[in-house]
Amino acid sequence: MHLGNFASLTLFLPEMAVTATILLLILVHVAGKNRQSAAPALLSLAGVGAALLLVALQPASPGRSLFEGMVALDGFAIFFKALTALATIVVIFMSMESRELAGRSQTEYYIFLLSVLLGMFLLAASTDIVMLYLSLELVSIPSYLLAGYLKGKESSTEAAMKYVVYGATASGVMIYGFSFLYGLTGTTHMAEIGRVLAAGKAPLPVYLAAVMVTVGFGFKIAAVPFHMWSPDVYEGAPTPITAFLSVGPKAAGFAVLVRFFYTVFASPDAVAGMWKLHPSIDWTLLFGVLSAVTMSVGNLIAINQKNVKRLLAYSSIAHAGYMLMGFVLLTPVGLKAILFYLVVYLFMNLGAFYVVILVANGTGGEDIANYSGLGIRSPFAAVSLAVFLFALTGIPPFSGFIGKVYLFAEVINRGVYWLAVIAALNSVVSLYYYARIVKVMFLEDPQETTELPVQAFPRAVISLLAIPTLLLGIYWEPVARVAANSVRLLAF
Amino acid sequence: MGFIDRHILSLMTFLPLAGAAVILCMPKGKDNIVKTIAAVASFLPIPLAVKLWGAFDQTVAGVNVANQFQFVEHYSWIPSINVEYFMGADGVSMPMLILTAIVSFLAVIGSWGIKKQIKGYMALFLLLETGMMGVFASLDFFLFYVFWEVMLLPMYFLIGIWGGPRREYAAIKFFLYTLLGSVLMLIVMLALYFNSINPETGGHTFNMLHYMQQSTHNAWLKGFDVRILLFLGLFIGFAIKVPLFPFHTWLPDAHVEAPTAISVILAGILLKMGTYGLMRISFPIFPDVTVWFALPMAVLGTINIVYGALCAMAQSDLKKMVAYSSVSHMGFCLLGMAALTPAGMVGASFQMFSHGMITSMLFFLVGVVYDRAHHRDIDGFGGLGAVVPVYTFFVTVAFFASLGLPGFSGFIAESMVFIGAFTAFRTIVIIAALGIVIVAAFHLWALQRVFLGPLNPKYAQLEEINAREIFCLTPLALMTLFFGVYPMPVLNLMNTSLIRLVDVVKTVM
Repeated sequence: MHLGNFASLTLFLPEMAVTATILLLILVHVAGKNRQSAAPALLSLAGVGAALLLVALQPASPGRSLFEGMVALDGFAIFFKALTALATIVVIFMSMESRELAGRSQTEYYIFLLSVLLGMFLLAASTDIVMLYLSLELVSIPSYLLAGYLKGKESSTEAAMKYVVYGATASGVMIYGFSFLYGLTGTTHMAEIGRVLAAGKAPLPVYLAAVMVTVGFGFKIAAVPFHMWSPDVYEGAPTPITAFLSVGPKAAGFAVLVRFFYTVFASPDAVAGMWKLHPSIDWTLLFGVLSAVTMSVGNLIAINQKNVKRLLAYSSIAHAGYMLMGFVLLTPVGLKAILFYLVVYLFMNLGAFYVVILVANGTGGEDIANYSGLGIRSPFAAVSLAVFLFALTGIPPFSGFIGKVYLFAEVINRGVYWLAVIAALNSVVSLYYYARIVKVMFLEDPQETTELPVQAFPRAVISLLAIPTLLLGIYWEPVARVAANSVRLLAF
Repeated sequence: MGFIDRHILSLMTFLPLAGAAVILCMPKGKDNIVKTIAAVASFLPIPLAVKLWGAFDQTVAGVNVANQFQFVEHYSWIPSINVEYFMGADGVSMPMLILTAIVSFLAVIGSWGIKKQIKGYMALFLLLETGMMGVFASLDFFLFYVFWEVMLLPMYFLIGIWGGPRREYAAIKFFLYTLLGSVLMLIVMLALYFNSINPETGGHTFNMLHYMQQSTHNAWLKGFDVRILLFLGLFIGFAIKVPLFPFHTWLPDAHVEAPTAISVILAGILLKMGTYGLMRISFPIFPDVTVWFALPMAVLGTINIVYGALCAMAQSDLKKMVAYSSVSHMGFCLLGMAALTPAGMVGASFQMFSHGMITSMLFFLVGVVYDRAHHRDIDGFGGLGAVVPVYTFFVTVAFFASLGLPGFSGFIAESMVFIGAFTAFRTIVIIAALGIVIVAAFHLWALQRVFLGPLNPKYAQLEEINAREIFCLTPLALMTLFFGVYPMPVLNLMNTSLIRLVDVVKTVM
């Protein structure tokens, strides 16, 4: 059932709430005198909070197709909207705390941030390749601006420049791939493309198109070999934006990757979730190798990093590799594992970055050496960071372990043991560099012992991120259920 | 039945954790209260263990029969993937539960002198105890795995923060090695999960006892090549913990750098988890591969015995010598188990129990002299026997127990291992018996260099062992002696179960 434009509006409330907030922020920007007031942050919080609430109220079933088949409203889209809105809220909290951003124009920052959010909402829901491309650019362009937001800081400018060049190339390749698909099928609607390809024999250019599209998505999720931009961008961008990029757009990238391949290349019933184009190319092997290479490269390079932001950048590449494990078989159970992992990843990764911001505020640096003696200087921050890092490693009783179990489970269930073994060894490697930070915080004799107090507000936010990280490691049934229910994709 | 009776295993497992939570809520500077809470929290499992011992029915086997397990607690935990909270005890786990309760409490008392961040130390220690108890009590593989891993974090910090000069290196080495073992175990666990069916519900299961019914395995899991790979995956995981040659290199570092009480826990309990895992999981799930792999296991065990003893002899650091003696002693466990005879299996299990007590004594004693002399160089002492006679007495008792003198529990265990293994591997046992000579040699040689001969004038004023230290050592010494003369209480505890275990493995031959 395709809903018409006007009928769709009532089911488009979260997006409209975000749009309205952006417009309001522009008005505030024009009218406001004080560029440092907290008003834009609070306004954005209210707007995103309202959007999150509206998302929560949206009916997940039956899946509906809005705006004449442009975007879908299904469990999958709702899941990603909620996830990205939640990430944005945490990032707003971070931005309010960050010293890097103090003294810079606030309203523009939040306008860009919310534009990315709007883009992510649409990206996760796009069912048409034109819509998909537009929303991808809506995510990318404000992200470039945000990465370079520390005007005057060389690394930030470099980050923005690199990001633009890589991003433009990747999206150029992707849209070239889309043009193939359109040429072969005569439609831009993803489900329609899938049907046409299923009916006829898929000619060679389809494979080419699939690879080109993968480049675009691979760029967004920072999968090797399309990851080159991410360490520099992550290091140069303001830390809240680094945190945001490592969770929000990455999640949206996974959403679009899954939706695109699932609608276009999976078998229509999708129960078995097999690759429809299976006979000619071993897609499982192809994406399995992509996953294995991504996690290995991310982890191995992370070992040598001295800057914590850069280290976390490589670690987030590795995590994209882990999450790709859920994708290689294109089964609902595997996709569920990705969704579950994204939830726990949101808490643990944003939590780690939040502590990085606090430490940077207190010590003025982001090098591992700056964390020396943190266990004594600020036990709360140090213990929380240790929790987040061990969760990222995937050690019980933290949520990251459960996330990994689900990702491992599906590849093992389908007999792709080599990938499971590589991923398991990668976990061991990752422990080494996460533990380096822990070592500096707790094990080594501190170079400085002055106290580094954590105020009540950041303390509360960190607790709100740390408690789920622990709780979801002990009892995760509800989240697993939500993830399982959210794998209902609209396939028409 | 009262609440305590119904949840006795959970209480033993989680009372220490509750103690840790209370300690974390204490304000700064209340060191004595913190220590008292830790002592209470780690003491409480002892009366529970005594109760457990009293109530345990020694005539039922357990091992692979669900309704023969005792003190069972069985609840659903995560229904969507059938993870269960399933705890129970049988003759395989009983000695270990009792040992854990005793050694943990004594280790807390042995930690009384810790000055640095006592709050964190005690909280982590109690968390560690929860992990250890949980491993010995769980019958659900997922639960087992979680407890197994929960121990890693506190151990890492306990070695890394409170350890010796090379603590950072030792801590991360321990952590990486054990994690490598456990991720392999994780893969095997998931492979078992997806390739076996719970006969009651038709779904997949993490219940270990179901895996032990070979009929629950699907065709893939019945393939012998697959079973060998899965067995080896588990075996490496457990072998790292034991530790078996060539996976033992983390042990000397970790044991030497760890603070005294943590070395006690490491050697006294943690190492036993490896052999316990083999008995509890590997053997009954893969009996056919166990038979196939028995000879290599016996060889590895013998290498451990001889190589560990030779390494111990070469050490000049007293603690390192004791650490290598553990490598040697754990070799006996493996040799006994590999024999797949009742005597060998019981000997191995009794060796786990006995070595837990003896090695705890040894590490306590090394700690005593290190606290006073601030070094552990065997050749740096001399003639201490005249200065500290009481200490010398305890060391002599512990050394004689460790070298397997008749009258101590180690002798019973080792002779049972040899008796059990002789019929199965004649040559190997003869080689292993040579190990005994080396074990005796390095103990006596060390004893002579430290306590006999001319007195090193530097230590003329060496302080005698104090009351708290004697309190830690006496129960261990008495138990070693008592069970060395009359081992039946412990042997009866495990006999029925271990005979069943041998039967389970043997039936496939």
